[in-house]
Amino acid sequence: MELDAAGRSYPAKPSDVYLYATCLVDQFAPEAGLDAVRLLEREGITVHFPEGQTCCGQPAYSSGYPDEARAVARSQLDLFPEPWPVVVPSGSCGAMMRHHYPKLFEDDMVLGPQVRALAERVFELTEFLVHVLHFAHPDRGEQCTVALHTSCHARREMGCHETSSALLDSLDQVDVTEQARVEECCGFGGTFSIRFPEISEAIVSDKVESLRACGAQKVVSADCGCLFNILGRAAKLDQQAGRASPSLEGEHIASFLWRRTSEAPR
Amino acid sequence: MSQPINFHPVESFKERGRSVVNDPAQRKNFRSAMDFLQGKRRAQFPERQELEGLRDLASAIRRYSLAQLPTLLEQLERNLTANGIQVHWAENAEDANAIALDIARRVQARKIIKGKSMVSEEVDFNHRMQEAGIEALESDMGEYIVQLAGEAPSHIIMPAIHKTKQQIAQLFSEKVPGVPYSEDVDTLIQVGRQVLRRKFAEADIGLSGVNFAVAETGSLCLVENEGNGRMCTTVPKVHIAITGIEKVVAKLEHVPPLYSVLTRSATGQAVTTYFNIITRPRQPGEKDGPEEVHLILLDNGRTQAYADAQLRATLQCIRCGACMNHCPVYARIGGHAYGTTYPGPIGAIISPHLRGLDQTYPLAFASTLCGACTEVCPVRIPITELLVRLRNEAQARPDSEDATLRGSGAGRTKLATAVWRGWSLVYSRLGLYRMTSWSMSRGRALSPIDQGAWTRSRTPLVPAPKRLRDLLRKRRK
Amino acid sequence: MRARERILGRLRATALPHPPEPPEVASWYAGRQRNETRPQQIERLRSALEAARAEVHDARDAAWPAIVKGLAEAKGVRRLLAGSGSPDAARLAQALPAGIELVCFDRPIDDWRDELFDTIDAGLSRAKGAIAETGSLILWPDAHEPRTVSLVPPIHFVLVDVGTLHPDFHTAMQAGRWAENLPTNALLVSGPSKTADIQQTLAYGAHGPRELIVLLIDEEGAGK
Repeated sequence: MELDAAGRSYPAKPSDVYLYATCLVDQFAPEAGLDAVRLLEREGITVHFPEGQTCCGQPAYSSGYPDEARAVARSQLDLFPEPWPVVVPSGSCGAMMRHHYPKLFEDDMVLGPQVRALAERVFELTEFLVHVLHFAHPDRGEQCTVALHTSCHARREMGCHETSSALLDSLDQVDVTEQARVEECCGFGGTFSIRFPEISEAIVSDKVESLRACGAQKVVSADCGCLFNILGRAAKLDQQAGRASPSLEGEHIASFLWRRTSEAPR
Repeated sequence: MSQPINFHPVESFKERGRSVVNDPAQRKNFRSAMDFLQGKRRAQFPERQELEGLRDLASAIRRYSLAQLPTLLEQLERNLTANGIQVHWAENAEDANAIALDIARRVQARKIIKGKSMVSEEVDFNHRMQEAGIEALESDMGEYIVQLAGEAPSHIIMPAIHKTKQQIAQLFSEKVPGVPYSEDVDTLIQVGRQVLRRKFAEADIGLSGVNFAVAETGSLCLVENEGNGRMCTTVPKVHIAITGIEKVVAKLEHVPPLYSVLTRSATGQAVTTYFNIITRPRQPGEKDGPEEVHLILLDNGRTQAYADAQLRATLQCIRCGACMNHCPVYARIGGHAYGTTYPGPIGAIISPHLRGLDQTYPLAFASTLCGACTEVCPVRIPITELLVRLRNEAQARPDSEDATLRGSGAGRTKLATAVWRGWSLVYSRLGLYRMTSWSMSRGRALSPIDQGAWTRSRTPLVPAPKRLRDLLRKRRK
Repeated sequence: MRARERILGRLRATALPHPPEPPEVASWYAGRQRNETRPQQIERLRSALEAARAEVHDARDAAWPAIVKGLAEAKGVRRLLAGSGSPDAARLAQALPAGIELVCFDRPIDDWRDELFDTIDAGLSRAKGAIAETGSLILWPDAHEPRTVSLVPPIHFVLVDVGTLHPDFHTAMQAGRWAENLPTNALLVSGPSKTADIQQTLAYGAHGPRELIVLLIDEEGAGK
């Protein structure tokens, strides 16, 4: 068992894990999910994808609809019958399952204990790669400079900014540069971006600007929500400026890691 | 100087936010101010362990005080009274102003000089006094500037943070007789000093806030840098202090850790210039100090927060402002947009109790829930959790047991309720989800170019041709 | 029912039955003691004060009146305010030249408010103690040395005996048993008056003294 800085304990390397891909990855970024599977399988782990998975329920939870969130969360609880770790390629959804599920079912005498036990074995992908699998693979890619954007939930609820950056640091040919105000939110905030579009736009525009200015060739993140927000904004600005090639590129960290460390670089 | 009360109806929050967001000069002001304050705070806490230990201690002190709040308030009252300080209780703003007016009339006061007090802003003290024919003049430099401009503070620690020195130079040259336009900050401060020095000497009453009220000794503690707080509490014949009922601490020895974490979190100072402990009015033989000292203890909705085991944490606040200094939303829209006395994250969680959730619920939604506020809060208020709780309350069925606050359910709409019910149905029924997500992938070519608020600022989100579950199924074959 | 009873009634109805354990303030401070020597403490005090833009001078007890005189002359002080009947005032009176008038605070402020505000250039007071960690002077005004001596004049001279140094605020408070004997008004002063209310630009001399001049009185020369 290993302890991280925040005192969380980690299991020894398991034979099997569940992948909880999240609704965004399933529908909008399946390649990132596939690369997460590849990263895990390479370590000799059997990855199970419960077909019943839909969404963790966070959108309703953070929008102030706890009953609706609970109904969705309830439908996910029985997807993980074996005591295997549940790996989530998103700090935000991981935090929902790990920290907020127990609160949602706090008063439930029947489901409460089940939820708490499940929460204990939910891991964000990068923390799992670092603390459980001790990720160490030679970097086969070309020299490049990247910036890391860590989602606020990954950073503040899961403490995963350190694991993401440890993974990038383990790649010899990758220089990690830091954008200004690296800890600041990208302005997505789920339904916040829809409710307060002008404020959200102001925040994400500043994020795009700081990422463009920091000298990185691309931004890497372990959360699709932030990536879609940041890259979508950058692309819109490019359109408006009539730029033919993107001024900011980005990639999910699972894809970035797999691409650089797999036998046949893509 | 006769602006209406610092409160705007809830509907105009978005508009006010928009007007700042679309003003590059204001955006730049706020950005540099926030960067400055964040940097100063960071420098005060080089060691994470010390910071977290101090936050634990400060939080424990505040929770300990609140747990025995009624007992401590009675002890405070007893000890203050024994010390010769008169204690008054106010349920709301009207009570508080009436108490102050009674005192003012009894001593035939015409001029009140004010030290910084957000509670006095909360009760709209200045305008109520003015209506009664009494001058109430702010003496904190930032407060003086915003009062001169006919505005309200936009930050609880730095009231004039939204103003540039050019704007202040312009303001002084227009409003202060005989002052030429100068952008030199030292010159501007000396103008304030000269004007207000006279006012301290002339005032009949000094009004101040309170940072900590100590039950054990019957003392009022004030934290400041300028010296105007000391002037207001020392020079006039009468001193009136006004504070929320939550500001009490049990013991004098609880003060040093709170003071330390307050100044370091607020402005990144190890200590302020002055720390002022007031325990009595002028005693026989003493040659200065007020002859009368009064304390007004204000509820104004705080007992509602107190009644709820979760929301009670709101009252732990020591008003450092670190939550607003680190809030990405506050940094973009500034304090005035909130339309409440207390802006930023703390404003979003305290204002519903002061004003009713019906008047304030949009503030609870005006957050990305990024947690920066919670991370810096020196007394560990779980601000993001409380924001989510207030969102729940805002949309609860008004007749349900989830609706526990004044104004609960005010943000509930039929449309939003139906949308989230539908969403919940799709994502909790696998068949429905499969069908919906499958058709989204199949019909990706038909994905709308206009996705409303999303595509206002971003390119459209387009589903992948195959879902992850499809790719995995294919891979297994 | 009065407001008091209604407020307390609401609080009582919802107060928790068992308050949490008292916070362990003393042990927290005990755990972070630096255990510095007196000279180290003096240096810590000095550097904190200087960082806050106070002027700090070392003095033997016999020498401080002459130092104050020299500084007052250099700064153009014409009227210098001190407490009444204090030995410090008497000693300073001996040292001051004809051009500098020593004003004793021997009447209630109400009798000479305008004169105090408009004509006094400097004040002299003696600190009860000091706090090394934050560079704070502990002032304990009384009938002889009123509160406004350290507040209204633009220049404030303070005498501090280095023997009264404490490592931190909590320790000073506990050692002096403040909870049992607080005066009408107790103060910590940690520099000249200042403000950053205009565009976060620091400016000195907001409402209190523009200059804080500290004389560290050290008979053993431990601070040297």
